Amino acid sequence: MTYQTLLGYLPAIMPELVLGGGIMLVLLYGVFRGERSLISTALLTLLVLCVAAYYVVLGASDARVLAFGGSVVIDPFASFLKLLILGASAVAMIMALEFLKHEKLNRFEYPVLIGLSALGMLIMVSANDLMVLYVGLEMQSLALYVLAAFSRDNTRSTEAGLKYFVLGALSSGMLLYGISLIYGMSGTLNFDVLKGVIETQGMSIGLVIGMVFLAAGLAFKISAAPFHMWTPDVYEGAPTPVTAFFAAAPKVAAMGLFLRVLFGPFEAAVAQWQQIIIVLSVASMTLGAFAAIGQSNIKRLMAYSSIGHVGFALLGFVAGGEAGVKGVLIYLAIYVAMTLGAFICILAMRREGRQVEEIADLSGLSTTQPGLALALLVLMFSMIGIPPFAGFWAKFYVFLPVVEQGLYWLAVVGFLASVVSAVYYLKILRVIYFDDPAPRFTEPSYPGNGVLLAMSVLFITFFIFWPAPLLNAAGVAASSLVK
Amino acid sequence: MPSGLEPLLLEYLPIILFLGIAIVLGGVLMVLPLILAPSNPDPEKLSAYECGFNAFEDARMKFDVRFYLVGILFIIFDLEVALLIPWAITLFPNGWFGFGSAMLFLGILTVGFIYEWKKGALEWE
Amino acid sequence: MLMALAFYLFAAVLTVAAVMVIAARNPVHSVLFLILAFFNAAGLFVLLGAEFLAMTLVIVYVGAVAVLFLFVVMMLDIDFTELREGFLNYAPIGGLIGGVLLIELVLFLGGMMVAPASSAPRASPVREGVSNTQALGEVIYTQYIFVFQAAGMILLIAMIGAIVLTLRERTGVRRQNVAAQVGRTRAQAVENVDIKPGAGI
Repeated sequence: MTYQTLLGYLPAIMPELVLGGGIMLVLLYGVFRGERSLISTALLTLLVLCVAAYYVVLGASDARVLAFGGSVVIDPFASFLKLLILGASAVAMIMALEFLKHEKLNRFEYPVLIGLSALGMLIMVSANDLMVLYVGLEMQSLALYVLAAFSRDNTRSTEAGLKYFVLGALSSGMLLYGISLIYGMSGTLNFDVLKGVIETQGMSIGLVIGMVFLAAGLAFKISAAPFHMWTPDVYEGAPTPVTAFFAAAPKVAAMGLFLRVLFGPFEAAVAQWQQIIIVLSVASMTLGAFAAIGQSNIKRLMAYSSIGHVGFALLGFVAGGEAGVKGVLIYLAIYVAMTLGAFICILAMRREGRQVEEIADLSGLSTTQPGLALALLVLMFSMIGIPPFAGFWAKFYVFLPVVEQGLYWLAVVGFLASVVSAVYYLKILRVIYFDDPAPRFTEPSYPGNGVLLAMSVLFITFFIFWPAPLLNAAGVAASSLVK
Repeated sequence: MPSGLEPLLLEYLPIILFLGIAIVLGGVLMVLPLILAPSNPDPEKLSAYECGFNAFEDARMKFDVRFYLVGILFIIFDLEVALLIPWAITLFPNGWFGFGSAMLFLGILTVGFIYEWKKGALEWE
Repeated sequence: MLMALAFYLFAAVLTVAAVMVIAARNPVHSVLFLILAFFNAAGLFVLLGAEFLAMTLVIVYVGAVAVLFLFVVMMLDIDFTELREGFLNYAPIGGLIGGVLLIELVLFLGGMMVAPASSAPRASPVREGVSNTQALGEVIYTQYIFVFQAAGMILLIAMIGAIVLTLRERTGVRRQNVAAQVGRTRAQAVENVDIKPGAGI
């Protein structure tokens, strides 16, 4: 490789370059500025994320660009996911500021770690090589472990960090084991070459086992049942904005990676992986629906809710084809908007100088804070999948290809899981609208989170009138992955 | 196993001999006393001496977490140095490109080093 | 012949040491067995011709990671015999998982026989007359520059993480200020006091 080839690759990896370099500058700025620089570092990180997003848009084209000897790929699929990841990271960072100030966690490392984690995610969705895949995954995970334990004087937060780390390391081990088997059997790390090997030689048993381990490791990262056991504890223990971040951006990245692996190199092995995905999907949907019913802690409930949503998104994998992938992408985008909105509401649950997390604490919210209550109503209806809210369309676009493929029983299972999950969403709404009012929550000291919540609710409500941009973008992205 | 590795193994012959001697010597020194030394313990001999105390607590005590911090920072730079060994060997074949690549890598870690320094992680009062 | 002997020796000691890591009563002994396991793994790498990996394993794992483990073992101050009470309860499920892995490995080896052609292509074969370390160096800094720099970023995250999670500002302690200490002149440090006889200070 020479300078000329490297310069040729630079435009392709500009977002990663900007994000990595920018975050390092922000880190230096923060450390020279001292401990009291959370707000300014957060704004600088926001700027870096925006510039990275600008370069994603600038570099987006219909073409499939390869860089670094084919180990990095830039196509509309990657660009779509990168924008989603950068957006989710930015929102998760901004919404945390108030919380961090109150909880005496105002250290400038928070935005820096979010940015570094986002960098890992960008690398993940651009990976076209098993080694790049692993490096990106490890980069985002390492930053997430630290973020989970960010409130280091809180036992539950450190416990969450430790649990996440130990189980995450276990899943990385499985992933690496799978990668080593795949490399051993095919002699290549590159996705395109691997695809050719599988197409010509078929799936040997070694490759199947390798793929299963790879899938298990990735299922761990998206917390699909039966690899979900860390999720409730980590979501409950981690600081609330970190939980919001966990529920949004890393899921997008890991799902994108999962799609890229299954529909790229292992496209010809669809018969083998389809069964795995069906099991993951059905288990996640039913577990998410039933396990959440008995929860009283709202963060724990959101954990089970996110497991359920992952199950629904996996339906699109099963259906396959351009329509299925498009469905997954639409689902992810809408899911991110809903989840971040819901977590902004949870962050607003603050009373007498401390954060409250029980569902019972929401009682009578409709009389004390009708605006917040209405926002929760819209979000919960959307999560159930009641039309005309966006959540309905998310489910619509993954169920449609499933039905078109003739997998009626799967669609029925999914539908039943939605109905069961409605029980606990409606339970929250009952507490909000029909229980005796509890004292008001403390008003936030600045309107940032209100604006973000309003944006989420407006998007969910009016998606039906203006769906074209998202649908088109997802369509282009899906067609670039599945030819 | 690739062929032509037997000479490679011969290169390690001194180390293997050294290891062998170390193991044999260590084993002999451990086994000989067992056979030769007189050993007839009784409870009084094994207990603490007349005016001595029995141990109050476990000899193991809590370390300050700062030792751990220093240890982990050491590992990071240890890894960095390990990655510089192949660089040193291939400095000339790789030319300026390889040099720049390694410098960029060092630059990233220097940012971390500055951060460490300014945070006072290397200070010990 | 010699190679095979060395392989079986290293592999056997490695396996026994790995078992002892989890079977030893004293956690410090566990760490020492872990070090033994690392050494034998390094020996296996040498046999494979991956000398750089072998030496890195010794330097990084034996030299640094094992020491860190000892720190952690020391730091925790837990009654480990109590922790191990439930160990046997998990033995069946652990055995089951081990059995599944074994079956998969056997199947995998069976697969190797079925697809002999698959081991033909290699990403970067080592050329004749080039040492392992040099062959690595020729690709790490050029062909794999992207992954290499990403690895640098991961190390940076590890640094930030370690500091974020463990560094505490201690108040009320006197710190060194090297610049001020070194920059002190004689005039600042020493004062000549003229004391009259019999007056005291």
